[in-house]
Amino acid sequence: MAGGAFAEAGADLELIGISKRFPGFTAIEELDLRIPAGSFFALLGPSGCGKTTTLRLVAGLEEPTTGRILIGGKDVTNVKSFKRPVNTVFQSYALFPHMTVLENVAFGLRRRNIADPVGKAHEALRLVELDHLAARRPLQLSGGQQQRVALARAIVNRPALLLLDEPLGALDLKLRRQMQLELKSIQNEVGLTFLHVTHDQEEAMTMADTVAVMNRGQIEQMGAPEELYELPKTSFVANFLGQSNLFTGPVTSSTGSSIVVDVAGVKVEVPKDRAQRHAGEVTVGVRPEKLMLHTSAPKQSAGSNSLGPGRVTDVSFSGVSTQYQIAIPGIGLVTVFAQNMVFGPVVNLGSAAWVSWSVEHGFGLLDEPERAPRFAADTDTATIAMQTRHELLAEIEEA
Amino acid sequence: MRTFSFGKLSLGTALLPIYSALALVFLLVPIVYTFVFSFNDSVKSNIVWVGFTLDNWTNVCNAQGVCGAFFTSMLVGVVATVIATVLGTLMAIALARYRFRARSAISLLLFLPMATPEVVLGAGLAAQFLSAGVPKGLLTIIIAHALFCLSFVVVTVKARVASLDPALEEAGRDLYGSPLQVFWKITFPLLLPGITAAALLSFALSFDDFIITRFNNGGVETFPIFVYTAAARGVPAEANVIASAVFILALVIVVVSQLTSAARRKRLAKQA
Ligand SMILES: Nc1ncnc2c1ncn2[C@@H]1O[C@H](COP(=O)(O)OP(=O)(O)OP(=O)(O)O)[C@@H](O)[C@H]1O
Ligand SMILES: [Mg+2]
Repeated sequence: MAGGAFAEAGADLELIGISKRFPGFTAIEELDLRIPAGSFFALLGPSGCGKTTTLRLVAGLEEPTTGRILIGGKDVTNVKSFKRPVNTVFQSYALFPHMTVLENVAFGLRRRNIADPVGKAHEALRLVELDHLAARRPLQLSGGQQQRVALARAIVNRPALLLLDEPLGALDLKLRRQMQLELKSIQNEVGLTFLHVTHDQEEAMTMADTVAVMNRGQIEQMGAPEELYELPKTSFVANFLGQSNLFTGPVTSSTGSSIVVDVAGVKVEVPKDRAQRHAGEVTVGVRPEKLMLHTSAPKQSAGSNSLGPGRVTDVSFSGVSTQYQIAIPGIGLVTVFAQNMVFGPVVNLGSAAWVSWSVEHGFGLLDEPERAPRFAADTDTATIAMQTRHELLAEIEEA
Repeated sequence: MRTFSFGKLSLGTALLPIYSALALVFLLVPIVYTFVFSFNDSVKSNIVWVGFTLDNWTNVCNAQGVCGAFFTSMLVGVVATVIATVLGTLMAIALARYRFRARSAISLLLFLPMATPEVVLGAGLAAQFLSAGVPKGLLTIIIAHALFCLSFVVVTVKARVASLDPALEEAGRDLYGSPLQVFWKITFPLLLPGITAAALLSFALSFDDFIITRFNNGGVETFPIFVYTAAARGVPAEANVIASAVFILALVIVVVSQLTSAARRKRLAKQA
């Protein structure tokens, strides 16, 4: 990409059979991914699942153990990172401490001999509202300001493919929204391809055309945000993207359009086209906001499932809705989000309650939820990166 | 010692300031002596005070061999420092950044010259030069100096490389910087404080080395060798001039670097 021009348009990205093994640890396993040109793709997943590693592979900062990487149809697996039409907003910012903010932003432009690097750098800084600090050193900026410089430094190059590693993590809510809009408009305007890594599911859902949920080095599910939310395929996705109530039991009967699962003696019906498996032990789920609360046993009717009675063990008010926890004997805790249509809770702590939902809101999963906590607590890469950074900064300060 | 109480004025607290003052005087006397006697109007030996003169300072090179020895030391110091700094920096980067087979062994071996007594190092080198048939002289001095400075450079620069966030160089590559551009625009400027410190240390070590030089100099006289030899017949006052000048120069370098870093800190503080 050593010409003096910006990318005309986004490029598509294709990962074919990518895996990445570190000594003693497999970070990515058999990853296949296709991101169409000009799309906004969000990669969502828990800490340590391999998001940063995936971006590093695409940027050429890490070599895949197996597989191929194609950008704009060209195989770049063996292309050096400085020759790839890709820029990264690093999770640890990685701003050059010995250069001014302006020189940081102009760095990529200068390397490619693009005309008027200073003017373009100022323009990018205006976009992130930091032009007034152009003469400062990165160390003299707050965390959020540094993050915006990192954003400007990547965006100013207008790469065919922009990799964003939690680029808005350090910003407050208002600035975050504003930057989200900025990003979205830049992406639309030039039609660049964005690969956006985030912890924030709301950010992923609102900004992206396609969301991929990653877990343990693999993509669990990928699709449009609504699709992912409406029809999660695995228990991980069901609980990582929003919350779900999950029940497991054997399939006892199957009609033309739905299956019936026996959950601790209660029959729960799920549409076949919303269930991944139709026989054997199956986990079914329903979102908390799809549940209705009743203070007396609801009438049994076709097209609706009901559980109960249970006891209300927790009521927590959160503005627009109230969250209820209901302990149902033999089934466990069920979470309900109820819109606050009336003043005060619909049911009180300790009272008996039933829940019901219409059959078409349920979904059937491919796997069963794990009993043990899924993720051992360990330091995530962001923290480690921050630590290294602070040590360096302290040392530079001293010198 | 501002916190002593009169009620329990112990012998220790009373003696400590006196003791410290004495130690300081003891440390400074040779330097002050050297400086003062650089103004002595001596004829042959510079041991008894004769009278004040500036002649020694204005005509330093009058005394036989003083300036020659000084310039030899400068030449050796500069060349050895350049060699040691360039090689040492590259080695430090390699050792801190890349994993290779003999890495830890090399790290350990690099410490050895620092731990070895200089006599052993000097004698060993002399034997090596002899068996290799290299005639002793300027070349062997420079080789010897570059060699023992190398360890110090590697250790100093390696610490700096280790604290350098690899993500910065990655960002440079990501922003279309070729390996050479990344080195000169990012790695080098960030390592520069460490490299400068290492170079100054090398030069200082080389400039006042006597033992190793003595084993490998052949007929060539560096400044320390000259002073040592001259001491037998009486060191000329011009040698005091050069010693004082070097001392003052070193002092100036330290003070200037302190002042500039203080000024830079203040400037940064004002901007922020
Ligand atoms: N150089 C390395 N050597 C060994 N293991 C590594 C290396 N880099 C990353 N890993 C491991 O690979 C896994 C994935 O790391 P990665 O940085 O991609 O996570 P992530 O999804 O970005 O997490 P986070 O959200 O915390 O940033 C982690 O378990 C990490 O410990
Ligand atoms: Mg990460």
